[in-house]
Amino acid sequence: MHKLLEVKNLKKYFETKNGLLHAVDGVNFYINEGETLGVVGESGCGKSTLGRVVIRLLDATDGRIIFNGQDITNLKDKRAMRKEMQIIFQDPFSSLNPRMSVSQIIEEPLRIHQLCNSDTEMKSRVSELMDTVGLASRLADSYPHELDGGRRQRIGIARALALNPKFIVCDEPVSALDVSIQAQILNLMMDLQEELNFTYMFITHDLSVVKHISDEIMVMYLGVMVEKCNADELFEHTLHPYSKALLSVIPEPTIRKTKERTLLQGEITSPINPKPGCRFAARCVYAKELCSQVTPELEEIMPEHYVACHYVKEINGL
Amino acid sequence: MNDKDKPLLSVRNLTIHYITDNGVVKAVNDISFDLAKGETMGLVGETGAGKTTTALGIMNLIPNPPGKIINGEILVDGKNILEFNKYQTRKYRGNVASMIFQDPMTALNPILTVGEQIAEVSRYHNKLSKAESYVKAAEMLELVGIPSERINEYPHQFSGGMKQRVVIAIALACNPQLLLADEPTTALDVTIQAQVLALMGDLIKKYGTSMVLITHDLGVVTEICDRVAIMYAGQIVETGDLEAVYEHTKHPYTKGLFGSLPRISDKTSRLNPIDGLMPDPTNLPNGCPFHPRCPDKMPECESRVPANTEIEPGHFVRCLLYE
Repeated sequence: MHKLLEVKNLKKYFETKNGLLHAVDGVNFYINEGETLGVVGESGCGKSTLGRVVIRLLDATDGRIIFNGQDITNLKDKRAMRKEMQIIFQDPFSSLNPRMSVSQIIEEPLRIHQLCNSDTEMKSRVSELMDTVGLASRLADSYPHELDGGRRQRIGIARALALNPKFIVCDEPVSALDVSIQAQILNLMMDLQEELNFTYMFITHDLSVVKHISDEIMVMYLGVMVEKCNADELFEHTLHPYSKALLSVIPEPTIRKTKERTLLQGEITSPINPKPGCRFAARCVYAKELCSQVTPELEEIMPEHYVACHYVKEINGL
Repeated sequence: MNDKDKPLLSVRNLTIHYITDNGVVKAVNDISFDLAKGETMGLVGETGAGKTTTALGIMNLIPNPPGKIINGEILVDGKNILEFNKYQTRKYRGNVASMIFQDPMTALNPILTVGEQIAEVSRYHNKLSKAESYVKAAEMLELVGIPSERINEYPHQFSGGMKQRVVIAIALACNPQLLLADEPTTALDVTIQAQVLALMGDLIKKYGTSMVLITHDLGVVTEICDRVAIMYAGQIVETGDLEAVYEHTKHPYTKGLFGSLPRISDKTSRLNPIDGLMPDPTNLPNGCPFHPRCPDKMPECESRVPANTEIEPGHFVRCLLYE
């Protein structure tokens, strides 16, 4: 398998009044071409920041980003790279320019990269894109405020597809949508992936969505990766105590199953000047002395299943 | 009928419209349901289905204009709250019925301490003195799991989950008989959502409060509700106890909702969403409002509004297929 994107020890710190905010703190992963990596975590865990650093919307503090064999961490001329890497934003209401019509929004990337030689070519490309994402061509001259959330998100997708990218970061693309529309958009994204061989990095807080769409899943907590493995594997053999707790509290729309839930005490702590040791120690039921002193490293506990926890073997009886 | 069987809340043929310059928004159209004492009902639907308008109606909080209750009655303990005068309404809100709003970030007053916001409710309704009301507020804070030392802090000093706990404390301060919770956990992370739902479940059990839980999440309903009502375009299309609606789903819209949900437990590779979009509430289709999106549409659906049909005891469906 060809590794399309590889990230090594990536860090992103923000300077704030109260100290250094460790939004992303030493993350390593790779994504194979044509696959989907799901990134899950609660608000404030750094998943959106990670998505933005990876496509260079934000500059990394440390670490390396290798895309298609090229190190893009400090690339000056980003134009060629942008053509290959696109993003779909979370909020279809604020990510579209209200003063541009649907066709203008989709045209903009084509114009900037001078991909069309004539206006007719541009028009036909735009209508082709609108067709691909399921927008009726009569909407070409409408403005975003005239459309509902689902249609707006389709515009965002069409805009991301316009340049035929290889890699798309999807930052909570369905969170703002109703379930019936969410399902339409998820199906669309999966169909497009099959057809055009896209590679997705799919950021979400919704575990059912991420399981549905991903090949691999990585669970983040306060800027660090705590568990990463195949999507089905994560749900069958959940190893990290945080992932376990996260999975146990998803409300499922079935009434037959009664499951054991682990209610976490407390809330996600501040990522500003974090103390050494495991970031999750304060909320972890298994935490011992070592946890608050030494930061656990990511280890391959089972084949292709990585966990960062000192006591993962004892907890799971391995 | 003895007192125990009498429903606490009985909504009869409630119709609420918003009269705007761009037409009449038919938000709630002829809905009826009962809620027994101590019972919890989930009200589920997508954006614009009329869930929040229904709750505001029950609180008698519909902004007028543009909102108008066209028809129907809302009986709480046998009294029609829509006929209350101003004074009676003030006594009713917060005391008999109270509401938890969706967004804890905007539901609290940023320039009052949380203690004051909890205390003012019992000061008004229970005529407590200032000192007494603060003692009560401290008790309420402890009850929802916040140390009472934080009583003099302001909302911005609390996290989202903590703010929602404060909102719950305010709603429960006068021990209301009826609680309307409008998407109480939607703005929260899953681990915090689980904490808040567990807390609400414990409290309503402890005080025997009846609750209407508004949500768009069919998963949340199973955590806490006894019964569920599915709303679409201002109508309740299916209602029954959890088992009836989740295991013997009848209405095509409800089936569509379940088909749209990605589930952890099974491995379907493709979702089965409902085609099309919610109808515009200013321009609802004739007949059954769901017919333009319905996979089981019959010619009759375009002209006749289906009646609420009881297909098995306690399980009601509004669909011509089952009439």
